[in-house]
Amino acid sequence: MTILAQLVTSFIAAAGFGILFNAPRKALLQCGLVGMLGWILYYVLVLQEMDVVPATVLASMLVGALCQICAKVYKTPVIIFIVSGIIPLVPGGSAYDAMRNFVENDYFTAVQLSAKVMLLAGGIAIGLMFSEVVKQMIQKWSWKQTGD
Amino acid sequence: MLAGKIMLQSGAETYRVEDTMNRIASTYGLPNAQSYATPTGINFSIDMSEVTNFMRISNRSTDLHKIAEVNNISRMFAAGEIELKNALSMLESVDGDTSTFSVWLQVMAAAFVSGCFTIMFGGIWADFIPSFIVGGIAFAGMLWFERLVEIRFIAEFFASFIIGVLTLAIMDSGIGVDMDKIIIGAVMPLVPGLHITNAVRDLMAGHLVAGLSKGVEAVLTAFAIGAGIAVVFGLF
Repeated sequence: MTILAQLVTSFIAAAGFGILFNAPRKALLQCGLVGMLGWILYYVLVLQEMDVVPATVLASMLVGALCQICAKVYKTPVIIFIVSGIIPLVPGGSAYDAMRNFVENDYFTAVQLSAKVMLLAGGIAIGLMFSEVVKQMIQKWSWKQTGD
Repeated sequence: MLAGKIMLQSGAETYRVEDTMNRIASTYGLPNAQSYATPTGINFSIDMSEVTNFMRISNRSTDLHKIAEVNNISRMFAAGEIELKNALSMLESVDGDTSTFSVWLQVMAAAFVSGCFTIMFGGIWADFIPSFIVGGIAFAGMLWFERLVEIRFIAEFFASFIIGVLTLAIMDSGIGVDMDKIIIGAVMPLVPGLHITNAVRDLMAGHLVAGLSKGVEAVLTAFAIGAGIAVVFGLF
């Protein structure tokens, strides 16, 4: 039941961000789906008591791979899907928490939280880079095949 | 050049901007074109020792639709399907195009995003409606305030100030249950999550200047939001 609720809410959230960022109308559905699948993987992994950072890396790898496929199929720049697909994973909540602690003079908690935000953002980047590298390798490989 | 300007204003990554401009140039028969893009300006020269053009980018937002359009045009041009003149006029029409989703729809989207994030971060359904309302009003406030003042951070500060006041009011009236969850949900449409991720991506791709400046932008925005909420807590 909770997973179902998470599915629905993450889909709406990702597609809603697509609207906020003025994504092409026909890409909204895919944006929502990519965001939903990424978030569900993250959610399930965290439920299995995995640490949030590796969970984010894995989930953003999935999002990256799905986005590359979408970009290939629909012939649109990959960033359109990535931006809204990755949004549920982005540590916006923790970034806000960190800043709130800073302005409330609780530096100890604030620095801790900011370090976590940096790690999470790095994790997302690594996941996305990984999918990009794989795509480039596949491209080079198939190019070599036809070039022979 | 115009392609680069539109893409930067729409929030594309810098390496995509450079790549697009070089591709157009090489289709035009200039294999040695040089381009250098940062979030605040583009340099572009036809060859190593030729005249360099420079363009300043003053306002940035996120507009994925335009990125897709420019990408399409450059692809068609590179494939030789359209002429240079046609490409230029198409780019100009994209630049002047202001077709975004209507304000009302954007506010509704922000409201739904807020409500959904409250649930996703472990809130309960009773908090969905409060966060839905607060997020929508705050986003509308930010859009309105952005038109009045040029400085983006002030608009974000103002919006999170609204969030703080409204959330406190809702808690006082006894509708809301978990204040932190409502606030986090409501600030989600404002937080610079995209900037943080883009900054790290640019840094890893070797665009150090672009990555750092985007990172600073993200930190400043987050600071504005945090300060807006904190001012409310300080006052009441």
